[in-house]
Formats: sequence, structure tokens, C-alpha cells
Amino acid sequence: MHNIMSDNIVEIDNLSFGFKGRLLHKGINMVFPRGKVVAIMGGSGSGKTTLLRLIGGQLKPNIGEVRVDGEVVHKQSIDGLYQLRRKMGMLFQFGALFTDLSVFENVAFPIREHTNLPESMVRDFVMLKLNAVGLRGAQSLMPTELSGGMARRVALARAVALDPQIIMYDEPFAGLDPISMGVVCNLIRSLNDALGATTIVVTHDVHETFSFVDYVYFVSGGVVVAEGTPDELRKSDMPFVHQFVHGEADGPVPFHYPAPDYKKEMLRGHDA
Amino acid sequence: MLKGLPKALAGLGNRTIEGIWRIGAGARLFFYIWFYLLESFKRPRLIVREIYATGVLSLLIIVVSAFFVGMVLGLQGYNTLQKYGSSEAIGVLVALSLVRELGPVVTALLFAGRAGTAITAEIGLMKATEQLSAMEMMAVSPVARVIAPRFWAGFISMPILAALFSMVGVLGGYFVAVPIIGVDAGAFWSQMQASVDFRDDIVNGIIKSLVFGVVCTLIALFEGYDAPPTAEGVSRATTRTVVNSSLAVLGLDFILTAFMIGA
Repeated sequence: MHNIMSDNIVEIDNLSFGFKGRLLHKGINMVFPRGKVVAIMGGSGSGKTTLLRLIGGQLKPNIGEVRVDGEVVHKQSIDGLYQLRRKMGMLFQFGALFTDLSVFENVAFPIREHTNLPESMVRDFVMLKLNAVGLRGAQSLMPTELSGGMARRVALARAVALDPQIIMYDEPFAGLDPISMGVVCNLIRSLNDALGATTIVVTHDVHETFSFVDYVYFVSGGVVVAEGTPDELRKSDMPFVHQFVHGEADGPVPFHYPAPDYKKEMLRGHDA
Repeated sequence: MLKGLPKALAGLGNRTIEGIWRIGAGARLFFYIWFYLLESFKRPRLIVREIYATGVLSLLIIVVSAFFVGMVLGLQGYNTLQKYGSSEAIGVLVALSLVRELGPVVTALLFAGRAGTAITAEIGLMKATEQLSAMEMMAVSPVARVIAPRFWAGFISMPILAALFSMVGVLGGYFVAVPIIGVDAGAFWSQMQASVDFRDDIVNGIIKSLVFGVVCTLIALFEGYDAPPTAEGVSRATTRTVVNSSLAVLGLDFILTAFMIGA
């Protein structure tokens, strides 16, 4: 992927990031070509969401850099960073809808903040986006009246309200029923293709993700342990990929968090 | 005993560093609020909405408390003044106590408990549910959109609430002193009018309420913005808002009074 694609909208170069003396990422390299849907996969706590925050400039890398559209993210001023972010849309894990605003007002929020369009045009834009996610009829509902899947779709409409060049999804399938999951999969792919955007999906749901993405990075232990197209990864005999794709308990990813010897620990309690 | 000393010293050092850091972070937030001054007033509707939430919704507790405080002042004042045969001066006592001290101070304490906690909890929960992060990712500054309008709403609301407190408190004092105890109404109002000075009493009271408005709102906003994004974090931040605001108001009241009497 590094060699065959040259027109990359996001590039992560030798990135290391950590806090409180613990490195979460140790020299990560990734590229995200324009127009593609790329997944970042890995177990819980592997730093996938942190990668999205580094791309969005909410965190600064310790070493290395993230470039978005050729600009180094962490070297931007606040104004420069906000200009870069206007090229991005992000769907948060639980939607992060503004609870004091209705569905309509949530989707209208970025349009009103960044444009001077008349109210009639704002309404047209919001209707277009809500129709795209199938929730035009829910425009007057408040976020507390929505199911998890509906909230995610409203957040998606809000994330693409200004037709961003990069759309980032943080765990878009978490807690969704199979029908909502299928709907969200289709939406991610169709919105990417319709907008001509680049999509980055952070997830650990293998089967749904492999059905619609173009390329996958596997992250574990702070490094990229495998990468390839879904077909290549399905056939991979790498132990980590095999364990992850087939959901096996035994493998290179340990079940237990590092701990002292079980027997010794139990006996110590009795000695005391 | 000495074994635990280094640990205790380290703990004290950590708390001192954290305290200094929080003061610095609060000052930085205050600077950013001023930085976004023009942008905030470009959205007057947001400020009006927050004035409703912090000011108008605090009216009931302010008005009811003020009436009771005024009545107690009337009773206590009469009880003391009649011993010296100057029960007509009760109007002056009630008015000066309210305008100079109780109006700004009690309003600020009630404001911290009613509006301050609501501000902290709302912003803390917005942070915990990633609403502030979402705003940042939409290239919208949470300080400009969420923090600054609430700050200006508190700044505008507090002196008005304090003035209302003093006014209703005087009515409470009048209610006890004149119809119930039987103090002459003319003496009550005329002595008050003759003794309450606009510059020394009313303006100083307004200055106090403005300062308390800034301090209480800033503490509430900072605690919410700085709260760890968990249920426990928001709960602790809300408690800190009340404790820190109350201490700050009472401490600043002494300092301001010393300056005002000295001047």
C-alpha cells in the first residue's frame, strides 16, 4: 500500500505516542489514500481511538508526525488546526449529539457555524443529509428520544453535513443490532463513494468491516502487526491475524493482563 | 513515624503543584473567555438563553430567601434598637445590611448553589459524553460556544439578582417592622433615604456583586471544563464548585470591604 498509492490524504509517519511514561504507539506508519475506506483494527486498549485523536489534532505525538492533506497536524496554530478540521468529519462512538438540540438542530449546527447560508438553504442541506441516513422523519426528535442506532445515524449526518474530505468513525458498530449494523455498513460505504471522501474506520468487528472496506491495518502492542486487503488478511497465516479474524481465545494476544504468578498471589493472601 | 514523612511531604508537594496548576489553568480559561469576547457577543441569542438558565431560573430562590432574610433582619434589628430607643432606625439597619453585605454575599452563595452547580454538571456531562470533543472536531471552539456565553450570562445576572435580593429584603424588613411591629412607615423610609449613600453603599454593593459574579461563574465553568469525564469526576467537580465559590466569596468580601472602608 505504501508503494502503490501515492495520493494519500492522511499519512502517519513513524508515530510514537504515550503518556505517564507508557508508550501506546511505538513507531506507527500508515497511509490513507484518497477515495478509499480503510479500517484500523485491534483489540480493546490497543490505541485505535487515540490514533483518530492524533489525526484530528486533539493529541500531539511524542515522536513522528501525522500529515493531513500535506500539512503536519501538530505544528498547526489553532486557526490552522481548525482549517484542517473543516476537511474532517468524525463520528464518535456514542454519537456525541448535543443533548440540548433537536435532531435537525444537531445536523444544522456545523452548517450554521461555518457558513452564512440563509435559513431556507440550511434547511435544504439538513433535509438532504437526514434523508441520506433515513431519518428525515425524526428531525424534530430530541437525542434522548433516539435509539442507539438512530443516534449514530444522526451523528453521521452531522459529521458529513459540510461534505468533508475525510470521515472518521470511532467504533461505529458498538452496541448495534444486526439490522442497524448492516444499515451503518452500507451508509459508510455509500457516503464515502457519493462524497468522494476518504474514510477511516476504527473498529474490532471483523466480519462487518471486511465486507465493505478496501484496506485494513491491524494494531497490537503499539505497532502495526499486519496490513492488507480483507481477502489477503482472510488468507493470512500470521498468528495474530488468524486469532483476531477467527476470534480465538488462545494466540499471541494474551487473555490475562500481566500479573504475578496466580498460585503465589493466592497463597500470599493466606500468609497475611 | 519518620518512615511516612517522605510520603506525606511528597503528597503535600503534589497537592501544592496541582493547586498552582489549577489556578493557572483557571486563569488561562479566563483569558480565553476574553479572547472570544467579540465572538460571544455575535451570538446574543446564546447569551440570552444562558441568562434565562442562570438568572431567571434562580429568581425564585433569590426572592424567597431575600424576603425571609429581610424579615429576620427586621426582627433582630428591632429587638436590639428598641433597647436604645431608636427603633425608627430599623429601616437604615435593614437597608445598609442588605445593600452593603447580605445582598451581594447571600446572592453569590445562593447563585453558586443553584446556577453554579448546574453549570458545572452540564459542562462536565458534555465533556463525559464527548460533546465538547465533537465540537472541537467540527472546528468550533467550546470556549467560544459553550463557556463564554455562560460566563457573560453569570456576569450580567449576578448584579441584577443581588439588586433584587436587596430590594425584596427591604420589603421583608418593612413587612415585619411596619405592619406587624408597628414602627412608623414614614420614619422607616425617610431614615433609610437619608442614610443610604449612592456612592458608598449602592455602588460598592454593585461592585461586590460584579466581582462575585465573575468569580462564582468562572469557578463553576472551570470545574466543569476540568472535570474527569466520569460520574464520580462530575460529582466531585460539582461539590468543589460550591465549596470553592463559597470560600472565594467570603474571602473576597473581606478584602473588598477592607478596601472600600479604607477608601
